Amino acid sequence: MATQTPIAISKGDTALSRRLFFDAVQDWLTTVDHKKIGIMYIVYALLFLVVGGFEALLIRIQLAIPNNTFVSPQAFNRLFTMHGTTMVFFVGMPILFGFGNYLIPLMIGARDMAFPRLNSFSFWISAFGGVLLYFSYLGGDGLYGAGSAPDVGWFAYAPLTARIFSPGHSTDYWTLALLLSGVGSIGTALNIVATIICMRCPGMRLNRMPLLPWLYLVTSVMVFVAVSPLTAAQIMLMLDRYVGSHFFDTQAGGSAVLWMHFFWIFGHPEVYILVLPAFAFANEIIPVFSRKAIFGYPAMVAASVGIGFISLSVWAHHMFTVGLGPYGNTFFAFATMIIAVPTGIKIFNWLATLWGGKIQFTVPMMFAVAFLFQFLIAGLTGIMLSIVPFDWQLGNSYFVVAHFHYVLVGAILYMIFSAFYFWYPKMTGRMLNVALGKWHFWLFLIGFHLTFDFMHIPGILGMPRRIYTYEADRGWGTLNMIVSIGAIFQAVATLIFVYNLVSSYFKGEVAGADPWDAWTLEWSTTSPPPGYNFAITPTVESRRPLWDLKHPEDPDSNYEE
Amino acid sequence: MNESVVIHQPTTGEWKLPSRGVVGMACLIVAEAAIFIIFVVAYVFYIGKSIAGPKPHDVLELPIVSTICLLSSSITVHFAVSALHHGKRSLCSIWLALTVLLGGIFLAGTAQEWYQLIYHDGLTIQTNLFGTTFYSLVGLHASHVIVGLLMLSLALLFSLRGQMTVKHTERLEVLSLYWHFVDAVWVVVFLVVYVFGR
Amino acid sequence: MFACQISLSVASAVQSVSGQGSTSIFAPHGTPAQSIFGLSMLVLGIVTAIFLVVAGLLTYALLRYRARPTGADATQEPPQIYGSNQIELSWTVIPVLIVVILFLATTRVIFSTEKAQRPTAALDVTVIGHQFWWEYRYPKLGIVAANELHIPISDPNHPTPTYLTMTSADTDHSFWVPVLAGKMDLIPNKINTMWVDPQASGLYLGQCAQYCGTQHAKMLLRVYADTPAQFALWVASQQKPAVTGFSNSDAAAGEAVFQHNACISCHTVAGTVATGRFGPDLTHVGSRDTIASGAVPNTPANIRTFVDDPAHFKPGALMPPMHLNDHDLDLVTAYLTSLK
Repeated sequence: MATQTPIAISKGDTALSRRLFFDAVQDWLTTVDHKKIGIMYIVYALLFLVVGGFEALLIRIQLAIPNNTFVSPQAFNRLFTMHGTTMVFFVGMPILFGFGNYLIPLMIGARDMAFPRLNSFSFWISAFGGVLLYFSYLGGDGLYGAGSAPDVGWFAYAPLTARIFSPGHSTDYWTLALLLSGVGSIGTALNIVATIICMRCPGMRLNRMPLLPWLYLVTSVMVFVAVSPLTAAQIMLMLDRYVGSHFFDTQAGGSAVLWMHFFWIFGHPEVYILVLPAFAFANEIIPVFSRKAIFGYPAMVAASVGIGFISLSVWAHHMFTVGLGPYGNTFFAFATMIIAVPTGIKIFNWLATLWGGKIQFTVPMMFAVAFLFQFLIAGLTGIMLSIVPFDWQLGNSYFVVAHFHYVLVGAILYMIFSAFYFWYPKMTGRMLNVALGKWHFWLFLIGFHLTFDFMHIPGILGMPRRIYTYEADRGWGTLNMIVSIGAIFQAVATLIFVYNLVSSYFKGEVAGADPWDAWTLEWSTTSPPPGYNFAITPTVESRRPLWDLKHPEDPDSNYEE
Repeated sequence: MNESVVIHQPTTGEWKLPSRGVVGMACLIVAEAAIFIIFVVAYVFYIGKSIAGPKPHDVLELPIVSTICLLSSSITVHFAVSALHHGKRSLCSIWLALTVLLGGIFLAGTAQEWYQLIYHDGLTIQTNLFGTTFYSLVGLHASHVIVGLLMLSLALLFSLRGQMTVKHTERLEVLSLYWHFVDAVWVVVFLVVYVFGR
Repeated sequence: MFACQISLSVASAVQSVSGQGSTSIFAPHGTPAQSIFGLSMLVLGIVTAIFLVVAGLLTYALLRYRARPTGADATQEPPQIYGSNQIELSWTVIPVLIVVILFLATTRVIFSTEKAQRPTAALDVTVIGHQFWWEYRYPKLGIVAANELHIPISDPNHPTPTYLTMTSADTDHSFWVPVLAGKMDLIPNKINTMWVDPQASGLYLGQCAQYCGTQHAKMLLRVYADTPAQFALWVASQQKPAVTGFSNSDAAAGEAVFQHNACISCHTVAGTVATGRFGPDLTHVGSRDTIASGAVPNTPANIRTFVDDPAHFKPGALMPPMHLNDHDLDLVTAYLTSLK
C-alpha cells in the first residue's frame, strides 16, 4: 500500500465512501503485489492464531482438573485435532509465507515475486483450505457436538482414518483442507525459489544475499520434497475411503506403519520448514540490535543447508515405539542426534554475534533473546527424545507435547512476534507501541513458562497425550492446573498484541524509512514502500549495502571473501 | 520517495540470471517427482503381499508399443522446440502434432490394457494390494500425460493459428521440460511395474 | 485354597484402594525400566551441563555487552567481527564428540533391550489391543483374560520374565506401564514384542499411549506382579471353565437372561454358549478388581450401571446399551458378579 493521506469525505458523500471502500476491497481481492499478498497471509494467520488459541484454552480448561466434564470426549478429540491442524497449516505456514512474500523481493532488490499471479492463486487456495476445515464444525451433528470437525489427531494415523473406524466426514475435511493448503504451499515455494534464483539485483551474488532469503530458499526446496509425500498419502487415503483401495487396509494385508512413514517423511521436514524462517528472522534481527554483522555467514549458510538436508532423513524418530527393530532405531537415532550439530552451530553463531556488540533491548530484541534461551532448551529436550530408549518412555507423553510447544511457541512464535515488531514499521509506516509491547512480552513470558515448563513433568510421571481426562490418583492434577493457568496469561498477552497491531496502525509514531538503523535493502525504501519497491534497481557490492553507505570509510566489501 | 536512500552504482560486467520459467518448471518437477516416488515406494513395498487375486505375472504384458510411442514423443517435442527456435513455424506445428499423436496412442494403449485387466482378468483397484498400487501408480502417470497432452494441444492450436513465434521459444521449451519429465517417470514405472515387479 | 483366594483379592483391593502404583519413569522396577533410567540420568547430566554452559555464556554476553547510552563511545558502532575459523571449528568438533558418546550409550541400551537373551523359563502372553480394552491370552496355559494382566515376579538369579507378543484387532494402541518398561505399540497386521521382569510383587499401573479413538483416555492398564504362589493360584482359577451350579438363584436366572440376549455374540463365557470374541472374555469377570478396562471398581452397582448404559462410564465405548428392564438387569448383575 503506498503512503496515502486520508481523503476528507463530506457527510453527504456516502456513495463516494462506499465506492472507495468497494475499490479498496476489490484492490485487495485481485492484487498480485507481493506486499499486499504478504499482508493478507499474515492477517489470515493471525485470525487463525486466535482461533487455534481459543481451542487450546478449551482443551486446558477440560484438563485443569481430573475427570472434568467441561467438554465431551468426542468434542475434546475434535478440539485437539483442530488445534494442531490449524496451528501448523493455517497459522505457521501462512505467517511464514506472508513474511517471506513481503520481504524477499525487497531484500534482493526486486520489484515483485517471479510469478505474481501464481502468488495470488497460492494464497487464495490456501485460504479456502482453512475455510473448508472450519466449515467442518457446522457439519454432522452441528456446533454443540463440534459437528464433523476432524477428530483423528493432526497426524491422522491409519487405520483410525479408515471408513470403518471413522464413518462420517471428519477425516475427509482434514484431508481435503490440507490437500488445498499443500497446493498453495508448493506454489509459494516455487515462487520463492524462482524469485531468489532469477531476480536478484546486480551484484547480489548468492554469497552476498542476506541470510533471510537464503533460509527461505532452503525452506522452499524442503517444501517440494516434504509436502508432496503428504499429498501422495492423502490421495491414497481418499482412494481407500471412497474407491475401496487397500493402501492402509490392514484387513487386506495393508500396512498401518506405511502411513506413519509417509506422514512423517512429510511431518518432520515440516517442522523444519516452520523453524527455518524463524532462524531467518533471528539472522536479521539479532545483528541489528547487537550493532554487529552476523558472525560466520558462510557457516550459517552451510549449517542451514545441512539442517535442511539432514532433516529429510530423521523422520522415524517419531516412530521409535512402532517396532522398527534395533537397526532401524539405531539409524534414526544417529541421524537425529547429528542434526544437533548444525543447529548448535547456529546458536553459537548468534552468541558470537552478541559478543562484543552493543546490545539494544528493543521489544523485537527482547523476543529474540527469549528465543535464544528457549530454543536452546527445546533443542536439548529434543536430544533427550532422540535417545531411543528414553523415547520409549517419553514418546507419546506430555513430555513430547511440552518439547514441541517449546519449539513452536517458545522459538517460532517468539521470533514471529519479534519479526512483527521489527518489520511492522516498514509495512505500515508506524511504530508499534513500546509500552504495550513490553506488557505483551512479560505476560506472555510468564504464561509460556508456567504452561510449558511444568508440562514436561506430567510426561515424566506417565501422562500420555490426547486423553480427554485422567485418573485422580496419578498425581497429575496440580501440574495440569498450573499448565492451564499459564494458558490464560498467554491468551491475555496475545490479545494485547492484537490490540497493539490495530491501534498503532492509526495512532503509532511515524516510523520513517529506517527506524532501526539497519543494513539490508528493504530499509532503503519508504515505509511503506511504493508499489514498485525501487524506482531504480539497486546494485550491491557486499552483504550489507546500507552499512557500506553509512560507513564509506569501512565498507563490508573490504572484509568479505 | 523523499526518505529513501538511492543506491546506484554502475554495473561491473554482465548480470545474467537463469530463466524464471525454467527454474519454476524445475521446482514443479521436483515436487511431482516426490509424489511419484511415494507411489512407487508403496508399489514396491506391497510386491508379493497381496493375500488373494491376480498377480502381476499372471496378467501383465510388456507395453512395448505404448512405451516406444511415448518415449519417441520426447524426441518429437524436442524437434518442435528446435524448429520454433529457428523460426520454422509450420515445421513446429508438424512436430507438435506428432507429439500429441504419439501421446494419444500411449493413452489408448493404457486404456486398452485396463479394459483387458478389469473385464477379462478381474483386476480392479479394490481387488487386492497389487490392484491398488498398480492402478494408482499407472493412473497417476496417465493423468499427468493427459494434462501434458492438453497443454501440447493448446500449443499446437496456437502454432496452427500462427500465434506462436520465435519469441515464445522459451515457453515451449518449459512445456517440453514437463513432457520430458512425464516420459522419465514412465521409464521408472515401466521398470518397476513391468520388469522388476513381475 | 479359598482362603488364599480371599487374601489375594484383599491384597489387591488394598493396593487399588490405597492408590498405590506410581507411573513415574524415574521410579523403575525391573530391568528394562532400570536400564532406561540409567541411560536417562547420563543424558540428563550431559544436557544440563550443556545448558548451564551455553545459557551462562548467553547471560554473560547480554549483561556485559549491553548498550550504554552514555560514555565516550556511545554513538560508535562496535568492532565488526565477521567470523573465526578456529572458534567455529572447535564448536563443531565438540558437539560431534558429545553426539558420539550419546550415540554409543544409546545403542548399547537399544540392543540390550531388543536383543536380550530370552531365558527358557520366560512366560509368554499374547496381548491384543481393542477399542478400548486389552485382551490377554496365555497360549501355553490355556487362559484367556481381559484388562487385568497377571504375571509372575522374576528372581534375578532365576529369571522368569514375561514376554508380551502384541498386535491389535482394530486401530493402533500402545502398552505403557512406565515403571516396568518403555512403551511398545500394538499395530494391526503387525507383531511387536517386549518383555518385563518385575522383581517386587504389586500392582503396576499404566494406560494406552497411542490415540485410538473416543475412549483412548480410559483404556487403562493394570499389571499384577504375583509371587509364584499367588500366580499359581491365579492360573489355576483362570484355567477352570465358568462357574456352574449357582447357589444364588438370581445368578442362575441371570445366566438365562445373559444367554438369551445379544451378550453371547460379543462375549465369551468358557463352557457355555457364549462364544463371542468382539468384547472381553467374561469367564472370570467376577474375580477382577475393576471393569471397563480399569475405568471403575468392580462392584455390583457399577456392573449394573455399565450393562445398562456403557456410555455412562465410557461415552463412545463400542458396547451398546442393552435395554434390559430393571429386573433383568439385577439378574444379569448377580450372574456376572458370581463369575469368579
